[in-house]
Amino acid sequence: VTEIGWIDSVLRSARPQAVSALLRYFRELDQAEEAFQEACLRALKNWTVNGPPRDPTAWLIMVGRNSILDDVRRQSRNRPLPADEVISDLDDTEADLAERLDSSHYRDDVVRLLFICCHPDLPATQQIALALRIVSGLSVKEIARAFLVSESAMEQRITRAKGRVAKADVPFETPGAIERAERLAAVAAMVYLLFNEGYSASGGTVHVRVPLCEEAIRLARLLLRLFPSEPEIMGLTALLLLQHARAPARLDADGSIVLLEEQDRGLWDRDMIAEGLALIDKALRHRRPGPYQVQAAIAGVHAHAARAEDTDWAEIDQLYATLERLQPSPVITLNRAVAVSKVQGPGTALTMIEPLASQLSGYFHFFGLKGALLMQLGRAAEARVAFDQAIALANTAAEAAHIRAHLDRLVRESASNSRAGASS
Amino acid sequence: MLYAILCYHDEAEVNSWPKEKDDAVLAKRAVVTQKLAAQGKLGPVARLMPTTAATTVRSGREPWVIDGPFAETKEQLLGFYIVDCATLEEALEAARELGRDETGALEVRPLRVFMPGSRTA
Repeated sequence: VTEIGWIDSVLRSARPQAVSALLRYFRELDQAEEAFQEACLRALKNWTVNGPPRDPTAWLIMVGRNSILDDVRRQSRNRPLPADEVISDLDDTEADLAERLDSSHYRDDVVRLLFICCHPDLPATQQIALALRIVSGLSVKEIARAFLVSESAMEQRITRAKGRVAKADVPFETPGAIERAERLAAVAAMVYLLFNEGYSASGGTVHVRVPLCEEAIRLARLLLRLFPSEPEIMGLTALLLLQHARAPARLDADGSIVLLEEQDRGLWDRDMIAEGLALIDKALRHRRPGPYQVQAAIAGVHAHAARAEDTDWAEIDQLYATLERLQPSPVITLNRAVAVSKVQGPGTALTMIEPLASQLSGYFHFFGLKGALLMQLGRAAEARVAFDQAIALANTAAEAAHIRAHLDRLVRESASNSRAGASS
Repeated sequence: MLYAILCYHDEAEVNSWPKEKDDAVLAKRAVVTQKLAAQGKLGPVARLMPTTAATTVRSGREPWVIDGPFAETKEQLLGFYIVDCATLEEALEAARELGRDETGALEVRPLRVFMPGSRTA
């Protein structure tokens, strides 16, 4: 482990707090980033000689802030009037700063920085790219790689997104309780989007997108440290950990997606599962269920099953019923139908999803499930129609291949049926 | 004399280590613990989940439960080793070996009472 290596990880973990505190001082994103950059350069020089400071985050904030104020002071010499209020602000000691870091400012700072990235005018992928650049500190090159675009295209996108948020008017005053809760919810949704951006990748793109999942988990843990009593943040963190725990089993040797039922559960990451389950336990104590907690609980039921056939589908059905109440959506009903088909049979599940046809007419999974249920009911001709529709809507080659396997089975079965019919 | 070697580190930093680095640190430490075990000096060892998984019970007439770790500190207790050493110097040497080339801190603290417990690991 080289010295630069440990400094890198310290700078990386300090970044969200440091940049967000600097943003509070300067109220301008570019200046906050520039100040942090400068502080990092000085850290590389100083820490290799003197060792790490007691509180690296406070050190970076102080040094970053002073580096910009030095510039302001230099420039102000050429101006007719010195900026007194700026200069008098320089007397703060590191201890004073550390104290302020521990105050409630600190969590509002971090949420504000993330919230700025969630600007409603920005498409989801740009929100995510911006958060990765500003909050996580990933390089444009790393982000471009994860999004499978060229570095220059990503550079342009991030610059445009920054321009957009710079004009946004996010107040710097300490938010009230309701506003804080609203910001936190928006930020949590973005962290989940970021995770899904990494998780929904397919085929050969998966390994380059793992960093997105890891960043999402890092941000979720950061939010949980800042809001230790928020059951939905516990749920979000648990959900990401439990889903990411399956990552080692999600791909076969060819790089195709392996469905949950067919995964080698021995490959699941037991540490992540244990942590996710521990967080669900903590969240349940609060008796304030929310969508992330319920989704985490569903992932938890899967994690508890040593084999796919051990899955407690009745429990999953119950949890989806709760999720439907909290967040009604045809996609959730569709997911519930999978559990219902295991508990009550394919007929009941089919009756449940038929009313969703108009809402989900463009949704691959609707036709995939419909076809599978019809196939189980022995309605081969109708199943084939549904599978054909699914293939037309498939988003990835793996999805299409999975449906084609069903179709092949139908063809084989009908061939052997007709042979059996001819010989009788 | 029994000593606890308490491992303190900034957990945000430890959690941001890539898996390879985490594995490398564990492998390096395993060399030290294997040596201690071979000498019959190694007691229980534990690595703790992140403090976000912690819940704290404040004692009192009516104990109350708080989410999160006992104390908000810059560095967190992330795990511990129990070692049986003849002298403080020997325990310090074990800690030095465990922490070599790492950041963070290891606190060496003599045990006053030790109950191995009833659970067979």
